[in-house]
Amino acid sequence: MTRPDSLFRRTALFLAGASALLAGCAAAPSRDDPFEPWNRAMYEVHQVVDGNLVKPIAEAYVKATPEPIRTGVSNFFGNIDDLFTGINNVLEGRGDQAGDDFGRVLLNSTFGFLGVLDLASMVGINKDKKDFGITFGKWGAPQGPYFFVPLFGPTTVRDGTGTVVRFFLSPIGHINEIPLRNSLYAIGYVDTRAQALSAESVLDTAALDRYRFLRNAYLKNRRYQVYEGKPPPEEDEDAPVPGAVPNPAASSPIK
Amino acid sequence: MLRTTAATLLLLPLALIASPVHAQEAPDALVKRVAEDVLASIRADKDLQAGNPAKIKQLIETKLAPHFDFARMTALAMGKNWRAATPEQQKQLTEQFKTLLVRTYSGALTNYRDNTMNYKPLRANPGDTDVIVRTEVTRPGQAPVPIDYSMEKTPEGWKAYDVIVAGVSLVTNYRDEFNDVIKSSGVDGLIKTLADKNKGPVAK
Repeated sequence: MTRPDSLFRRTALFLAGASALLAGCAAAPSRDDPFEPWNRAMYEVHQVVDGNLVKPIAEAYVKATPEPIRTGVSNFFGNIDDLFTGINNVLEGRGDQAGDDFGRVLLNSTFGFLGVLDLASMVGINKDKKDFGITFGKWGAPQGPYFFVPLFGPTTVRDGTGTVVRFFLSPIGHINEIPLRNSLYAIGYVDTRAQALSAESVLDTAALDRYRFLRNAYLKNRRYQVYEGKPPPEEDEDAPVPGAVPNPAASSPIK
Repeated sequence: MLRTTAATLLLLPLALIASPVHAQEAPDALVKRVAEDVLASIRADKDLQAGNPAKIKQLIETKLAPHFDFARMTALAMGKNWRAATPEQQKQLTEQFKTLLVRTYSGALTNYRDNTMNYKPLRANPGDTDVIVRTEVTRPGQAPVPIDYSMEKTPEGWKAYDVIVAGVSLVTNYRDEFNDVIKSSGVDGLIKTLADKNKGPVAK
């Protein structure tokens, strides 16, 4: 979900097409993932394309590029993330946090050479992470069906909509010099993919079924973010040994 | 007030004699000590940073694993299926699940070198035997990731039975995995699936 600007347009088209196709699909059991057979097929497509093309590029990028440069690249795109985090904190009515976010953007964009240096973190202005999907969720929008989109990853109708909104607002999209703009899209994509490499290796080792493990983790994490770290308990018919399920609400320190 | 203080003072030496060194350590203090110890080990050791599998496994087995209750983690991940398993199956499941978790940690551990941990104040009453220890991991250039440990008091000190990373409970995530495998191929099928998974290479 981090920063796949380069794929937003394609994703939007894809989602529209997919939903049309899916209307005819047989319903699968899961409430969150009604189109599981379709999504699993898309996951396989992703594995092939990503494994043969994108992942090798990301690995080569990590190998060939010294760490300080990669950090600078990540910071540059992270600075744009901060901008959207600030916007979303405003939309969620969290002015105090938004002040920090915009302060970060201001400092890093100027003295930090367009965000390449994360000076704000060095002086202790903490980074936050928000996106339109979370904001829509806080406004009460349901997440809608889950989708796995090849070369893009897990999303839901709500989160995908947020991603499309961000794509059209992204400052990179407003760069008129097309080769520069496209290069930034490409570098941003590779940077995002490279950052996911280590998490992916954890997934590979940990999951019995990677598709399902990723989906469940994604949905839980998004829910957690929408509820600001205090999600109400879900109905859980498998609730095991009594007293074993931790109750986060009871002892949660207010952030 | 005075009476409780006196009683505490009286009991203190007894507690020290009766228990191993860290048994009385508060859960948040334990998490902090173990985490800092592991991070320091990684930072100090080039082999660990380079991903030497034998050394990493040893580090986890000696420093991390003793503070987890793998039997309870397995029982929780099994949910209602736990009771349907025989004691022998339960033993095998616990062994395989532990191996899987240790392998997962092994693959991930070298990524933690540049992390710093923040420890949040513990919200618990003195008599509690089940608490959540909240921490936050910060990596350079990234928003902090909350990591919570569900911990229970045992005769051997506090032990973690679940880890919740950014709202994703390890145990709950595995419950879905286990449930599906058991539905299609039974408890023995799950033991076999785990064992096969554990025989594969640790993804790098």
